[in-house]
Amino acid sequence: MPNNKMIEIRWHGRGGQGAKTASMLLAEAAMDAGKFIQAFPEYGPERAGAPMKSYTRVSDEKIDVHCNVANPDYVVVIDPTLLNSEPITEGMKEDGILLVNTSMTPDEVRKKVNLTGGKVYTVDASKIAEETLGRPMPNTPMVGALIGATHVIDDKALRSKISHKFLGKLGQKGVDMNFAAVERAITEVKGE
Amino acid sequence: MSLKSWNEVPLGGVILEAGNAKEYKTGDWRSQRPVVDKEKCINCLTCFIFCPDSAIKVENGIMIGYDYDFCKGCGICANECPKKCITMKPEADFR
Amino acid sequence: MSTATIKKIKKALTGNEAGAEAMRQIDPDVAAVFPITPQTELMHAFAAFVADGKVGTELVTVESEHSAMSATVGAAAAGARAMTATSANGLALMWEIVNICSAMRLPVVMPVINRAISGPLNIHCDHSDMMGSRDTGWIQIFSENSQEEYDNIIQAVRIAENPNVLLPVMVGSDGFIISHALETVEIYEDAEVKEFVGEYTPDRTLLNTGKPMTYGPLDLQDYYMEHKMAEHNAIHNAGKVILEIGKEFGKKFGTEYGFFDTYKMEDAEYAIICIGSTAGTTRVVVDKMRAEGKKVGLIKIRVFRPFPFKELAEAVKNLKGLAVLDRADTFGGRGGPLYIEMKSALSDVKEKPVTRNFIYGLGGRDINTTDIETIYNQIEETVKTGKGAESFSYFGVRGDV
Repeated sequence: MPNNKMIEIRWHGRGGQGAKTASMLLAEAAMDAGKFIQAFPEYGPERAGAPMKSYTRVSDEKIDVHCNVANPDYVVVIDPTLLNSEPITEGMKEDGILLVNTSMTPDEVRKKVNLTGGKVYTVDASKIAEETLGRPMPNTPMVGALIGATHVIDDKALRSKISHKFLGKLGQKGVDMNFAAVERAITEVKGE
Repeated sequence: MSLKSWNEVPLGGVILEAGNAKEYKTGDWRSQRPVVDKEKCINCLTCFIFCPDSAIKVENGIMIGYDYDFCKGCGICANECPKKCITMKPEADFR
Repeated sequence: MSTATIKKIKKALTGNEAGAEAMRQIDPDVAAVFPITPQTELMHAFAAFVADGKVGTELVTVESEHSAMSATVGAAAAGARAMTATSANGLALMWEIVNICSAMRLPVVMPVINRAISGPLNIHCDHSDMMGSRDTGWIQIFSENSQEEYDNIIQAVRIAENPNVLLPVMVGSDGFIISHALETVEIYEDAEVKEFVGEYTPDRTLLNTGKPMTYGPLDLQDYYMEHKMAEHNAIHNAGKVILEIGKEFGKKFGTEYGFFDTYKMEDAEYAIICIGSTAGTTRVVVDKMRAEGKKVGLIKIRVFRPFPFKELAEAVKNLKGLAVLDRADTFGGRGGPLYIEMKSALSDVKEKPVTRNFIYGLGGRDINTTDIETIYNQIEETVKTGKGAESFSYFGVRGDV
């Protein structure tokens, strides 16, 4: 990530899929890596399954801005079915990055959402989650994939945050499963 | 009585002297005064029990009269007295 | 102690978590709790500190906000350092006792997570809750972000308990925008905060049987006005204490606090004055427009009650144009509450800027950097053409205004 620049990320998911948790997990890891951070969901009438957005800002300087992210550097889509229904690429920067949880190729996604600029990455995070965590929670591997695609922060910071955050609740086995999910996401994320 | 100014009153309307209601002589409100006929009184102390203002004076079990500083002249004592030895008289007769 | 030796612990906290951290370090004797969005998580986090034995607070779970404030007032009258927290409709429900709390001169501190008062039913940010209670005799302090919320709650205890003040303090911060957003916050060490806050040794307490007293007696035509005058005087004089404590806080922890904060106002021609998280967004726009050669500035209100009218008139008098942003309406008044106060403050000044009121962001409607830039451009346009001068209307609403 370039120096002295604020990176703004918009997460698209469905209520209950962990988009908010993902946006905050990345922010917490970034803070441990020495960045200033901000992460917040866009709360509507919250319902499981309803489309929702969450935001992360990562910066080398104190963050003053307190509005929603209108022109994201990165857009992360946790649920691929949202490609059909939500304005996923709205306001995305010209040189922005679109990362989608899907088994499709980046080229297929680009055509589907009619994207001209930017760069598209895909990763099958749902499959990775099933195989490593034993349940369809793609949010943690999506954070890994985003780091793999953008190097927004060092993946070591994410690992240390996962270990710190999940050890008490999930035990070492749970932490290792999340490590495996992140590892695979970083390796398997594909760009154009 | 001179009233205190805003920078003299205790903050928040708090009353700092406990039991200062005693300083307020409610006996002034009385328009009828109870008078006891000690010839007929049997010192049963029914009046003492019923008086809402604790204005019946009792010494060694004997009803000795009224605390006119606080008796409001309600007449409950006269009404409840089993010997009907308390009569209510116009206060004006005494002032 | 110099600021260099003060250790700051960087944490990623939501506004509600930052508020709970402040309460944990203050360790009040009593906290009355009742959930209401978006404040719920603050007391939720604090209740966890109570359950974990990290504080000695007596946590009273009550059945409504009316009871929450009543329990807080009761505890404070008994001599406890007492706190509660609320939002919007909760503040509305406790309104009766909110007035009694200040009239009884009880130094209660209450974080208010600012939210629109329904209806229509809405749980998102605006300032209608605290603005609706601006005349209740409470000191009102607003925060821009989680850091300020944390700092303000700590200072509020000192302000409220100061013998020359003895008034309750509300500390506002924006619902969801701050309360539910994770941000970088610097927490000070427990011992340092405890040293700053100090022990609470009230002069007058109901539980002191050696010195019995009555709280809340009937107060009629003969004394009511004297008590109100004393309250009036106390809140106007509180300004001095607020500044002293803001300075002392700055000396110890590194960030000094005043009545309001100015940004690039020295040579500014056009300025925005606003409250809460919008100030942060505005600061970013000031930087952008300054880089383009525009002489713009910002004033962020921290203390709304007592309203620093003299200092604000001084701060804005040399501007060409002033845009006043209100996140609340007065429905029938001359614009939003901040605008009314500013118009009043400027009535003392001969040469004054052209002003215009923008009522924005009600019920959590987002205000972004483009919106703020539009407002700066509109106030410049108003100064140049006279169109819209001294007007008040909504900003960011569909339809002609």
